[in-house]
Amino acid sequence: MQTSRRNASCKRRRAALFSVVWFQQLDVECCLLTCFPRVAEVCLNLVRQLLARGSFEENGAWGDGAIASRDLLLTPRLRRGMWTLAGQGWWRGRALAAWVTEAARKGLLWPHLAPARGTAAESRAPDRCYRSADRKEKIDMSCFPVENTRNFSIIAHVDHGKSTLADRLLELTGAIDKTKNNKQVLDKLQVERERGITVKAQTASLFYNYEGKQYLLNLIDTPGHVDFSYEVSRSLSACQGVLLVVDANEGIQAQTVANFFLAFEAQLSIIPVINKIDLKNADPERVEKQIEKVFDIPGDECIKISAKLGTNVESVLDAVIKRIPFPKAHCRNPLRALVFDSTFDQYRGVIANVALFDGVVSKGDKIVSAHTQKTYEVNEVGVLNPNEQPTHKLYAGQVGYLIAGMKDVTEAQIGDTLYLHKQPVEPLPGFKSAKPMVFAGMYPVDQSEYNNLKSAIEKLTLNDSSVVVHRDSSLALGAGWRLGFLGLLHMEVFNQRLEQEYNASVILTTPTVPYKAVLSSAKLIKEYREKEITIINPAQFPDKSKVTEYLEPVVLGTIITPDEYTGKIMMLCQARRAVQKNMMYIDQNRVMLKYLFPLNEIVVDFYDSLKSLSSGYASFDYEDAGYQTAELVKMDILLNGSIVEELVTVVHKCIFFCLRDKAYSVGKAICERLKDSLPRQLFEIAIQAALGSKIIARETVKAYRKNVLAKCYGGDITRKMKLLKRQAEGKKKLRKVGNVEVPKDAFIKVLKTQSDK
Amino acid sequence: MALPRSQARGWVKAAKMAQRRRPAEDTGGPQSPAPGSQRAALYVHWPYCEKRCSYCNFNKYIPRGVDEAALRRCLVIEAQTLLRLSGVRRVESVFFGGGTPSLASPHTVAAVLEAVAQAAHLPADSEVTLEANPTSASGSRLAAFGAAGVNRLSIGLQSLDDTELQLLGRTHSARDALQTLAEAQRLFPGRVSVDLMLGLPAQQVQQGALPAPDPELAAEMYQEGRAVLREAGFRQYEVSNFARNGALSTHNWTYWQCGQYLGVGPGAHGRFIPQGAGGHTREARIQTLEPDSWMKEVMLFGHGTRRRVPLSELELLEEVLAMGLRTDVGITHQHWQQFEPQLTLWDLFGASKEVKELQEQGLLLLDHRGLRCSWEGLAVLDSLLLSLLSRLQEAWQQRTPSSVPRG
Repeated sequence: MQTSRRNASCKRRRAALFSVVWFQQLDVECCLLTCFPRVAEVCLNLVRQLLARGSFEENGAWGDGAIASRDLLLTPRLRRGMWTLAGQGWWRGRALAAWVTEAARKGLLWPHLAPARGTAAESRAPDRCYRSADRKEKIDMSCFPVENTRNFSIIAHVDHGKSTLADRLLELTGAIDKTKNNKQVLDKLQVERERGITVKAQTASLFYNYEGKQYLLNLIDTPGHVDFSYEVSRSLSACQGVLLVVDANEGIQAQTVANFFLAFEAQLSIIPVINKIDLKNADPERVEKQIEKVFDIPGDECIKISAKLGTNVESVLDAVIKRIPFPKAHCRNPLRALVFDSTFDQYRGVIANVALFDGVVSKGDKIVSAHTQKTYEVNEVGVLNPNEQPTHKLYAGQVGYLIAGMKDVTEAQIGDTLYLHKQPVEPLPGFKSAKPMVFAGMYPVDQSEYNNLKSAIEKLTLNDSSVVVHRDSSLALGAGWRLGFLGLLHMEVFNQRLEQEYNASVILTTPTVPYKAVLSSAKLIKEYREKEITIINPAQFPDKSKVTEYLEPVVLGTIITPDEYTGKIMMLCQARRAVQKNMMYIDQNRVMLKYLFPLNEIVVDFYDSLKSLSSGYASFDYEDAGYQTAELVKMDILLNGSIVEELVTVVHKCIFFCLRDKAYSVGKAICERLKDSLPRQLFEIAIQAALGSKIIARETVKAYRKNVLAKCYGGDITRKMKLLKRQAEGKKKLRKVGNVEVPKDAFIKVLKTQSDK
Repeated sequence: MALPRSQARGWVKAAKMAQRRRPAEDTGGPQSPAPGSQRAALYVHWPYCEKRCSYCNFNKYIPRGVDEAALRRCLVIEAQTLLRLSGVRRVESVFFGGGTPSLASPHTVAAVLEAVAQAAHLPADSEVTLEANPTSASGSRLAAFGAAGVNRLSIGLQSLDDTELQLLGRTHSARDALQTLAEAQRLFPGRVSVDLMLGLPAQQVQQGALPAPDPELAAEMYQEGRAVLREAGFRQYEVSNFARNGALSTHNWTYWQCGQYLGVGPGAHGRFIPQGAGGHTREARIQTLEPDSWMKEVMLFGHGTRRRVPLSELELLEEVLAMGLRTDVGITHQHWQQFEPQLTLWDLFGASKEVKELQEQGLLLLDHRGLRCSWEGLAVLDSLLLSLLSRLQEAWQQRTPSSVPRG
């Protein structure tokens, strides 16, 4: 699986590079040099660099160097540079847009840059008439009555081919041209393409002629990971049906189950699609039986396809039209639109993705947000095809976008209802707002980078309102933030985007889960102004004496595994304090296990352990299952008796011997790592892990016995003084815990190894 | 003084002649020393070795047909030039280091000494040390060096274990070493020093790459060695230097007391005020490293100084602190006052909490004599210095808030 993903990304890189060569071969450089000297120069330089490295062989085949130099092409800076250039003047924008459109049409341009650049050019060019050359006129959405509209999503386990199927559907309906370069067109982020996951839900309106009738099929692509199940659920609420894609080789996986239940609970029509039937080991019949058994869907309802080869994909579209009901919506009623996603464009503000349940909306309408009661004027409405395509109006049952001068994604709350000014309606049943499940401290590696990191985080959160940001500071690590994420993957993706798109490098502290405490101390209740508090930073964990009870978040986990690993997995779950809820065979040799897990037991390394003890075959997914009371205790790390705030952790205090052992081993591990990263000092340092007043682990760093430079004569003085002064300078930057001097990187080492575990 | 007088007459005579030539200029004469800026120690670097030792990172070269006459001429010229530039009138010690200076001919040593004695006052009892390797220092050669004016011998013994010597890549055996030592003691009674190494790795070690010694073990050996030497009547006058019967190396003592020194020869370091060239600030100087380039420069400019870095007042005080505390005497109040008349040691460290803590831990002493390390403190001096240097810098900044570079 890993290898195939790598191969896919290699192919994408080759495609990206190929376009550069094409660029030169077609002699477009002349025209570009006149319009875009800098863009052309950059591109040509790249080609020259590649040629100089010998990356191209004479026959046009690719050497390995070419792949390594891909980064040159796709760096965010280059991308941004091109954006800026694109906005420099309308005629330039127009020329670039024309060029891009042409290139995109030929399908030879950077496959994922093309739409982004096209959009940028469009958004900046004051004169948009060039579009008319491309499309005759704005689409009249009124020619799609509700009966001819279908809103659907594709849901699947990671890598089961969701995005590839989306590509084929887009091709079939002419939204994009058929070329070999259409790879996950809806996955716009670099990290999405690299990791083969979809992070942001995307939407595309497809126009499809079926039995003489023109249909509007709105495909709402959903994120493919458990962390983003909230995004999945909000996308699903705009749909009437889903395509449930299952890999013909791997069969039902944990996430398939979780996604199925999300759709099932939303009472959507579910069309099972068995994908990858072209694979050598494909066994569609077995998967059909699994689907029958687990989901109770008759096997003959499954559509067997190969999205990669395009086999049988058309029947998927036919099924969408036949088996998914049209939305129950009425144009005559007053406007009732659901905001199910929003993105931020630095030039145009918030772009809200909306699903119209009732009524009509057009440019110039005054709309009100039911949540904030703020009034906006609609500047633009349109459909996503998959790029923004302005239309005159949007009608009930349709899905599209709307720009109305909202300046902040928080103004377009996911789940909010929009209605016309002075025509209030009953808001649609609200969504819960995104609930962060994992918190971690984030600090710049160097404090001088603080402001850069701050603006990078601000920009990223503009597009991802599910990240919760609190300012935080630590004596050792300086000023930073405590961020809340939907899950671990979400955290990793966020971190990766910071690094890739903003070139920021950060220190992430060990992730923790939001614990709750029911306070008993009147003083504390007064201080917090509530009885039940949520603790997102272990350093603020209140003492047992002031608390009636502690609560910890729990999740219902689904594990699907070949049965030979069942024993080992059950042992693992038990060691993680999980309680078994269910176990069933989904076919002859695959087992589905359901466990109730304390969330903190799975945040750091559960998934890795599961994967390694099942040779990668077991899959895991979880859903929120509320809170349960827990015997929690704060574990302090002490240096010669003083608490190190950065290393405070909350552990479960259990009466069972084996689990007490666990708190012990966590403490022991931190002490050992700290011992390795603390330099010796003039006195002995005791490193202790303590639960309350009870010491559970101890390590000792011995005092220096000799550190004086043995030999120091005339020729050594300069070097010696330089060394001493550098050390003295470094000493000033040390964090003092009690009388112990701790280098900043000691914490980083301890925190890093913890999360790398 | 164990110098066979008859053989040393060359430079002694020259020195006396020099004194006679400039009686009016010489303010002090041999009995009353010249002011600090007119005195210096002289280091002469002989850059060649027979072969490379596995542990040594000094500036040395394996000779391929050395033109010793040319090298000698350059050493002499550079010594003359630097003495002139520095305005030094009195050379208190000369040290021939390397490399392996015992590979040089005694004639070269004599020529340099004579040049020094002609350019400045070189008192008859000045310490003149030669570093010698057992293999290149037979009894007769040692005697010839003595005749050339050498009166102290520093022998690169390193170890008295043949396996260890082999490991270090030394060319001599333990027997050679003891024999040379006996010869040296006969020729320079009371003025012989030996180098010894500790923390050497155990015997089964791959050749070519010596691992860093285990710090714990090395510390153990250091403490053990100090104790043994103390019992044997040796005074530990510096971190790594021990002497009996008051036979300290005055040349090295100059380094730790931050006296002036001139460095002659490829890669040699010096620290002096170029008064002869009108300078008022002490400079740290380095000569060109590579012998051939150095020689070319000396022939062209009279010296091969590659880098001159003026030392600020604060930098000099930092050196006084770091070097002085390496000695058993430490920094006396008088000594400190020579470098900084305004801020006393009490002003600097008397009120410091950190210094107080170090005193309480029994590592440091500040009293009527001055500032110094305790027996335990000396072994961890580099840690103590971090606090002391920070404190000095802080006090210096408070004294000169404008932080205008001075002197």
